[in-house]
Amino acid sequence: MEVKPPIPQVPPANWKEFRDLQEWERYRQERAADDKHSNALTDIAETVHQFPGGWIVTASVEKALNWARKSSLWPVTFGLACCAIEMMATFASRFDVERFGMVPWASPRHADLMIVSGTVTIKMAPMLKRIYDQMADPKWVLSMGSCANSGGPFRDGYHVVKGVDRVVPVDMYVPGCPPTPEALMYGLLKLQEQVAEFQKTGSRPRPTPPGD
Amino acid sequence: MRAADPCALIRERFGLEPTGGPPHLGAEVTRDRWVEFARFAKHELGCHYFNFLTAVDWKEQGLEVLYRVENLEAPLDLTVRLKLGPGEPRCPSLTAVYRGADWMERECYDLLGVIFDGHPDLRRILLAQDWEGHPLRKDYQVDTPHAPYR
Repeated sequence: MEVKPPIPQVPPANWKEFRDLQEWERYRQERAADDKHSNALTDIAETVHQFPGGWIVTASVEKALNWARKSSLWPVTFGLACCAIEMMATFASRFDVERFGMVPWASPRHADLMIVSGTVTIKMAPMLKRIYDQMADPKWVLSMGSCANSGGPFRDGYHVVKGVDRVVPVDMYVPGCPPTPEALMYGLLKLQEQVAEFQKTGSRPRPTPPGD
Repeated sequence: MRAADPCALIRERFGLEPTGGPPHLGAEVTRDRWVEFARFAKHELGCHYFNFLTAVDWKEQGLEVLYRVENLEAPLDLTVRLKLGPGEPRCPSLTAVYRGADWMERECYDLLGVIFDGHPDLRRILLAQDWEGHPLRKDYQVDTPHAPYR
């Protein structure tokens, strides 16, 4: 399977003009630093990776770990607005994402995935960032619906964050207002594919075209 | 309690002509009779139900505060208005008469910046405590930045 570039995507060429994008870039770098230092096993794996033929060991171990990661992607129970109703429907028995190993868990400490389902107001954004910070690495964020993607119909309002990617780095965007459970499930399965390619050791795939 | 003729009572007590006809009445009162009129509406017209309080920004003419009270037993509702005048944000508080006006006045202060004199706890109620400005004012810039999320 084709290797996906790491997300978030490459910022536009004139990104330095936008203060929001500078914030976003800082979060991205912070997250990269977190990734680097969060797991003590990473250092061991990096050492093994340096030996001749070591990549065979690390690659196969990572494959196994990634299979485990993607098969038990627990979303934190975090509903913000009307999209949360669709999210609940997705978790319920009719659509049943539990067959993909996704158990909605009411604690950010045990969760791997945050589904931002709904409008993020400026008052809510610090709490959202706090929940994100409480989650253990590796962690993923799925932005669900127009409001979380870009502010949606409230983009011109005074109180709405114009896209949750200004607060936390987002791995997958699901469009819709609100997205149907099928759309959310598609996004979750796409995210699983991305998690299967997750790399902590060795050379990471570079974005194409290379960014800033 | 049912008032005999609310229009006549208002005319007699306050010397002003109520707009509209029963059971939907409106009255525009002056600043010094604002609380007095509320007390009159509650105790003599029987309007015990405080429906809402809000304000309108008429740009150059300044803010206008209005509230609506209802008598749920008799078919009667009253919409009382007060023009604050240009550049004047202060208004007497109704919390001494209607306890329910507390949060309404806090919301009005939060979004429109009306300062209610005599309110026991005039804080922001919807927006964050460190918010600057009052967003429903006509002169509020919608793209006012709020670091770091905008």
